[in-house]
Amino acid sequence: MTTRTEVYTLNMGPQHPGTHGVLRVILELDGETVVSATPELGYLHRGIEKLAESRTYAQIIPYTDRLDYLAAMNTNLGYCQAVEKLATIEVPERAEYLRVIMAELGRIASHLIFLASIAIDLGGTTGMMYAFRDRERILDLFDAACGARMTFNYIRIGGVMADVDEAFLGGARTFLADFPAIMDEYHGLISGNEIFYYRLKDSSVVGRERALALGLTGPCLRAAGVDVDLRRDEPYGIYDRFSFKVPVGEKGDNWDRYIVRMEEMEESASIVAQALGALPDGPVMAKVPKILKPPPGEVYHRVENPRGELGFYIVSDGSTKPYRFHVRRPSFQNLLAVDELCRGGKIADVVAALATLDPVMGEVDC
Amino acid sequence: MAVNIEPVLVRYLVGLFPSLAAADRAGDGLTVVTAPPEEIYAVLKTLRHEEPFSMDTLGDLTAVDYPDRLEVVYHLYSAACGHKLAVKTSVAKGAAALPTVTGLWPAAEFAERETYDLLGVTFTGHPNLTRILLPEGFEGHPLRKDYSLPPRPATR
Amino acid sequence: MTLRTAEETAARELLRENFILTSLETVLGWARSNSLWPLTSGLACCAIEMMSAAAGRFDLARFGYEVFRPSPRQADLLITAGTLTWKMAPVLKRLYEQMPEPKWVIAMGSCASTGGPFADSYSVVPGVDYVIPVDVYVPGCPPRPEALIDGILQLKAKIAKPQLTRGVVRYGR
Repeated sequence: MTTRTEVYTLNMGPQHPGTHGVLRVILELDGETVVSATPELGYLHRGIEKLAESRTYAQIIPYTDRLDYLAAMNTNLGYCQAVEKLATIEVPERAEYLRVIMAELGRIASHLIFLASIAIDLGGTTGMMYAFRDRERILDLFDAACGARMTFNYIRIGGVMADVDEAFLGGARTFLADFPAIMDEYHGLISGNEIFYYRLKDSSVVGRERALALGLTGPCLRAAGVDVDLRRDEPYGIYDRFSFKVPVGEKGDNWDRYIVRMEEMEESASIVAQALGALPDGPVMAKVPKILKPPPGEVYHRVENPRGELGFYIVSDGSTKPYRFHVRRPSFQNLLAVDELCRGGKIADVVAALATLDPVMGEVDC
Repeated sequence: MAVNIEPVLVRYLVGLFPSLAAADRAGDGLTVVTAPPEEIYAVLKTLRHEEPFSMDTLGDLTAVDYPDRLEVVYHLYSAACGHKLAVKTSVAKGAAALPTVTGLWPAAEFAERETYDLLGVTFTGHPNLTRILLPEGFEGHPLRKDYSLPPRPATR
Repeated sequence: MTLRTAEETAARELLRENFILTSLETVLGWARSNSLWPLTSGLACCAIEMMSAAAGRFDLARFGYEVFRPSPRQADLLITAGTLTWKMAPVLKRLYEQMPEPKWVIAMGSCASTGGPFADSYSVVPGVDYVIPVDVYVPGCPPRPEALIDGILQLKAKIAKPQLTRGVVRYGR
């Protein structure tokens, strides 16, 4: 009797605790080694682009909340700025500062979910509990500002929904004061864990050239050693008024993608502190017509979201609703790298690679 | 980048391809270059590989359904030099086909599949041009303006 | 003699206090309602709030429902947290069918209940009850963790006392 080996196919998802939602990956395996990994998308395709064509500009903001639901503030911001460009609306100073505070807190909250999910994906439930605990503090601040924990609809066209009170500002300062200790705890508990480190180090490498070719953006691109951050290179809003470092990795392995996000959280905290210190008084909403009719034309506006470059392409025909609404979603583009990340690695590393890619399926499938 | 070199680049590009039309966009100030569909690949290849352009990043690729045509839009960036450009081309609705740009920017793979899926633009030469978001067997391309919603199923 | 009588009396007393006469249905309902094992099945945004409910602050473990199972064969509660699309519907139906009886379903959030803001989309199922039967609907977009916990406690009451829900008219369904 002869023995033979053959490649077999393993289906992972769309119901799998390691795929962060309804992502499906079809794995070709040679024993434990991954021969190819094909992502299969669309299990959460809700047709937001089509729905937007029958909604007014203001009505679309809640849909942007549900795109990247882990960083809804940032997505709100990108969309509202695109419409403001289209309709030439000036945003009051105080609103600009509040937007930066919210967006950067949102970035921290989003990266905390990344931390929680990578911890539990690699088998550490404790890490998840800690990250969720601290994320709740940011959600409490958002809750105080707008009454929602996840889908905010806070940043509006022309400003923000409501001003914040002293309790919010005090809470934000307390959080920032505690933040270094929080980070120390994570570094001690998670980053300093030897098993965690060796699971991530040198696995699933996507180097500089390939990362650029595949169109990766955000932390995944910076981890590969590319020094790009739209907040600094193409400042939108008032980001040119803040000084912050752009963390960059070395070789683009799982560990670099992890540590870049951890450092980004510290930079975001520093931006929030600067914005809190310089917060001016004044109105938080510009005079925007109740029925907004941007002039015919089109706009493409991109912002640096926690997951990368988020772009909004809006075509207006002069009516109250956009003629075409298209979103360039960073997670969607980043998933193109799944095959490259997993190929040649072990099957156990697929979960780690997906965790450091950090896709949000609401955004991927739109 | 202190000097805005995009007008110079666009003038040079129009010199290379006289059939191009260039215009500045009011909303975001981006220059839009419109090319005929038979020349679009040559234009994009020049933008990707030729020296003064080196547009190494494909920011976004999508299409818009106008009453008389389908317009495909490419937003290009140069990470090395920092300039940006939007390139457009129009195809007829009945025969919406363009050459793929996955050879120039591998990043276009998913974006082209999405544009095919939702708007029905065929990209010839694409390595795997199948539906990406909607299930196989779905009828129609929902982002076309003439797409009508299927009736809601009655039973629960 | 008197001693034995006192012992006997105490024994009779003990027996009377420690026996419960009840129906099997009540015992099963009591047992089942206190140890639901939910399936780890997140569809969209609501899944994050479901995770928050299970995490430290809201601490679903207080009620005994924290044993989230990754496999449907070990679970008896399906929390459909998020938007269901027609592409995902067969998968969810199969998950439901793989769960052993008795099993319950909570539709968490507007999308799972009615399609929510995406109800008029070409690809979204306007309510998971098009595909699988639902026991409890939790409104909200997404519902807060407290709301989900309340939904689970409603389900607990329903499982423990099925006669409460028997004969209740379900409007519009």
